[in-house]
Amino acid sequence: MEQIIELLQGPWPWYVSGPIIGTLVPLLILIGNRSFGISQNLEHICAITQPKFVHVHFFKYDWKASVWSLVFASGVLLGGFLAGVTYANPEPIKISLEAQQMYASWGLSAVSEMNPNEVFGMSPANIVLLLVGGVFIGFGTRYAGGCTSGHAITGLSTLQPQSLYAVIGIFGGGLIASQFLIPMIMGGLL
Amino acid sequence: MKYFPYLIMGTLFGFTLIKSEAVSWYRIQEMFHFQSFHMFGILFSAVLTAFIGIQLIRPLLNKPSMEGELMEIPKKRPGKYSHPVGGFMFGIGWGVIGLCPGPIFALIGSGLFGAVVVFIGTLHGTWLYGWLQHRLPE
Repeated sequence: MEQIIELLQGPWPWYVSGPIIGTLVPLLILIGNRSFGISQNLEHICAITQPKFVHVHFFKYDWKASVWSLVFASGVLLGGFLAGVTYANPEPIKISLEAQQMYASWGLSAVSEMNPNEVFGMSPANIVLLLVGGVFIGFGTRYAGGCTSGHAITGLSTLQPQSLYAVIGIFGGGLIASQFLIPMIMGGLL
Repeated sequence: MKYFPYLIMGTLFGFTLIKSEAVSWYRIQEMFHFQSFHMFGILFSAVLTAFIGIQLIRPLLNKPSMEGELMEIPKKRPGKYSHPVGGFMFGIGWGVIGLCPGPIFALIGSGLFGAVVVFIGTLHGTWLYGWLQHRLPE
């Protein structure tokens, strides 16, 4: 029993996590011919919450056909609760030494939790950063028609060129943000 | 009840995202600085497993799925600029905030309030896209 709990607390190596995530692609096709991806839910939530007096045509569609996807997203919330609260990993996460030194040089405190309080704590500057970052994530994934799950995993594994272009864009943007924007933000804004 | 399998699949996805530490800002910065194989390992092995899985179910294509709809390979919408440009914008957000949409949902479930703030931002970004959609090049 103790061993099972230890297993559920993790962390799980990449060669366990990656194959579990990858298996969802064929499984969702077998269950109901669904395409694995999460960011379409952002669109559905906008479609559900759009007030009657707002007339953005893009959000006027029958979201009820996508209830499966909203249920899937609810499962992700539940999985997050089970993994992050019920079976939370008591150990601090093990980041490479090189990265730890980089975070120290940015003025961050030692890695303990999953995410740094310096970025996700509720200071006014952080709230602005998280909101603006979120706008980029929302706009970008909808314009691209998918995120890491829909494009990098579903799209690449089904050999679709559009997804390759999207993934090149995603990694290009991520490299610029992480290599240039983050050091600037860490240096001055936070 | 019809949707129950999707709840299980989503739960498995959210649980694995947290246990793999793909939800960690530290892991994402480490990846974009090529300081660890961990995140690349997750992505490569996920793509490889999905690819093998697709090959295994290939004989079943055009036959009914458990729910009844005929099974086919998911198709992405066509377009020239939308995929790389949208991807680039998403990448900027991912590189700064360290979260992509799956982890945003998983971390909200784990009780990280900062992820709720990011989520509110993503809904505004989505709305902005929907509003501008007919004026953006495909």
